Amino acid sequence: MKVLVPVKRVLDYNVKARVKADQSGVDLSNVKMSMNPFDEISVEEAVRMKEAGTATEAIVVSIGPAKAQETIRTALAIGMDRGIHVLTDEDLEPLAIAKILKAIVEAEDAQLVIAGKQAIDNDYGATGSMLAAMLDWPQGTFANTVETSGGSMTVKREVDGGLQTVKLTLPAVVTTDLRLNEPRYARLPDIMKAKKKTIDAKTPEDFGVDTTPRLKTVKVTEPAGRSAGVIVENVEELVASLKKEGVI
Amino acid sequence: MPYTPPIKSMKYLLHHAVDFDAVLACPDHSDTTADLVGDILDGAGRFASDVLAPTNWAGDQTPAALSGDAVTTSPGFKDAYSAYVEAGWQGLGMAVDHGGMGLPQAVSVATGEMTYAANMAFGLCPMLTASAMKAIAAHASDDLKAKYLPKMVTGEWSGAMNLTEPQAGSDLGPVRTKAVDKGDGTYAISGQKIYITWGEHDCADNIVHLVLARLPDAPEGSKGISLFLCPKYFVGDDGALGERNSLKCIGLEHKLGIHGSPTCTMEFDGATGWLIGEPNRGLACMFTMMNEARLFVGVQGVAIGDRAYQAALGFARERVQGRTLGKQETIIGHPDVRRMLMDMKARLMGARVICMATAVAGDIAASHPHEETRKAAHIREALLTPIAKSYGSDVGISATSTAVQVHGGMGFVEETGAAQHYRDSRIASIYEGTNGIQAIDLLARKIRRDGGAGMMALIEELSQIPALLVMTTAETGVRLGSSRDALEQSLATLREATQIMLDIDEADGLGGASNYLMLCGHIIAGCLLIKGMCNGLLAGDPQAENMQKLVWYHALVVMPEAGAHLNYLRRAGRVLFDYPEIALGDL
Repeated sequence: MKVLVPVKRVLDYNVKARVKADQSGVDLSNVKMSMNPFDEISVEEAVRMKEAGTATEAIVVSIGPAKAQETIRTALAIGMDRGIHVLTDEDLEPLAIAKILKAIVEAEDAQLVIAGKQAIDNDYGATGSMLAAMLDWPQGTFANTVETSGGSMTVKREVDGGLQTVKLTLPAVVTTDLRLNEPRYARLPDIMKAKKKTIDAKTPEDFGVDTTPRLKTVKVTEPAGRSAGVIVENVEELVASLKKEGVI
Repeated sequence: MPYTPPIKSMKYLLHHAVDFDAVLACPDHSDTTADLVGDILDGAGRFASDVLAPTNWAGDQTPAALSGDAVTTSPGFKDAYSAYVEAGWQGLGMAVDHGGMGLPQAVSVATGEMTYAANMAFGLCPMLTASAMKAIAAHASDDLKAKYLPKMVTGEWSGAMNLTEPQAGSDLGPVRTKAVDKGDGTYAISGQKIYITWGEHDCADNIVHLVLARLPDAPEGSKGISLFLCPKYFVGDDGALGERNSLKCIGLEHKLGIHGSPTCTMEFDGATGWLIGEPNRGLACMFTMMNEARLFVGVQGVAIGDRAYQAALGFARERVQGRTLGKQETIIGHPDVRRMLMDMKARLMGARVICMATAVAGDIAASHPHEETRKAAHIREALLTPIAKSYGSDVGISATSTAVQVHGGMGFVEETGAAQHYRDSRIASIYEGTNGIQAIDLLARKIRRDGGAGMMALIEELSQIPALLVMTTAETGVRLGSSRDALEQSLATLREATQIMLDIDEADGLGGASNYLMLCGHIIAGCLLIKGMCNGLLAGDPQAENMQKLVWYHALVVMPEAGAHLNYLRRAGRVLFDYPEIALGDL
């Protein structure tokens, strides 16, 4: 089984995001960028499937600027077999990304896509589901546990209030949640080997995909700061003030 | 306290301030691209900050403990060590022939800095293993190499250096540990060694001790010392571990800092050892790795200084106290706090660039295709090593002290961790040859022995930087006047000081050696930073602008400190002994 893992280069999760002065977006100049943490989990899962013999080949895809190659190499160092880099300097929307991924899935004849459930930069959480819909494949989102047997895959999903188990007939799309696995640290010998693995260079045009944005960003602002709290005397007063705020 | 590896600074210095690109151009490193080095630094940085840094505090609070002859390391160390082995970092600098990755030493210096900053006490173990491997690879028989190196290069077995005895420290001549030929190709080693870092522990499966000892017919002093390999467990021809050798840890030191590093008293009771290299040539064999270890101690200074700096910066960004004049509400808005941070940053960057320049010289000396270039680089490496060791460790100690100061009262209580860095850093100017010994090495072996030729070659090279400054201003329009003034003044100072050290009589020279070393450190650091600033500006590096501002501070404050040392050198020695010894007591 061929597994495809899309990865995104995002602002490092340790870095405090700052809004650009013109409110057009988040300032990414001169800040540390890393692989989206959910994608690290996807990569780890794909590599484990390879190690277990369930996957025959694990391919990593990134759609983004030239620097996205670094993110691909990080995945190759963890154990992915080869990479595909779709070069674009546009900040593509989930729909465009899903369309490109669909074209790659078809070209590669992949049977499984493992994607992060969302990217920590814009938190859309849409790409995996859109891709499954366009491919007309079953999807198991927010995966907590996955198990492959024969032509199907059992996915325990993290839902409100517990875990939901679904059985998918392959081919399928799985999106990963935080508790699926604990990604390993890249080993030095594997970092060295990664540079010998191939990264195919592509552009959105290669897939004939229309990437015109459907959304317009009006403005980006910092979240409102937390205002000071009030200490209440007793439960009655608490309930009264909650009512007054319109919360209950 | 988290640790953020300064990877941007490292990459900046490697590519703009030192000739790392010349190392990558060497045939030995043709597979090593700048991208790959970037990936390696990222990987090492992540490992250091996520796996090693969280164990640092436990190492300080719960030191390694001895029970019977077994040493239990601090909580978390064993797991961190297993992860280190699993991730394959031990083989980074080791030659490919011996199962290593054969990466340049400059890369080891960068990854080493991250390891030591994350947990200096832990980092000593891999450092000593690397040094022991180098000594074995350079001097041991093929049998010994085949038996020990493969497991050491993975880190499954660690290495330890057994040099010091109570009466033999800075001067190893009086070493008394005995080695008796058993007639079967092995020797019986008996004696006691002290201060053996990571001499016994529970992290690795076996410990390979390199031991200095004296054969029965050996001449007195340092010319009668041989080097032996004594494993903790014997190794069968099939590589399997066998019986325990008769050597054990009989005590652990209670220390000022690096509590997580077990400092052992080792007893060799007729332990079986194998000779490494020629009889009576032990010190020469040991020096193969001493030079490298010295560089890495300088790196430790930078590392722990930077960790303390980061803690101070974090504290200054959070602590609110007093009304500030600037926009910031926390103490980072106070000019004097800002000064302390800037001062640490500038000095640490200077010490870091010296360590990198030393490593690059070592890489060129090892790998350049032209013999002349290799020779010149070897001289450069030898010249810079004592400076890297002393300047790096001194800058580190002063930075950890300033970091405590930034914390104010909170720095003096253990809770913030600033105190730990201060205590940990203190060893760096002492071990692997005290900084005083380094100054003597610089003066006697590196300056006077070749009549100053090595230093003059360096000065010659640094003298090309003013032209680079002019070119940078011409091409970028950036005005760099203060750098030019500092540079020209400094080069004149370095020339005059070197001439003084060549002309001076021995006793006066020794009285000024440490000052000369510091003078060299300030000036070489400043010159290389200026070079890096220019190359960065010319290359349009986005970090160049900040580097330029840092260099401005360095040129105004740090480089001119060399002038005070020069003043002293002009009268070196005399002033020391003119003052009566008796009056060193009460006036």
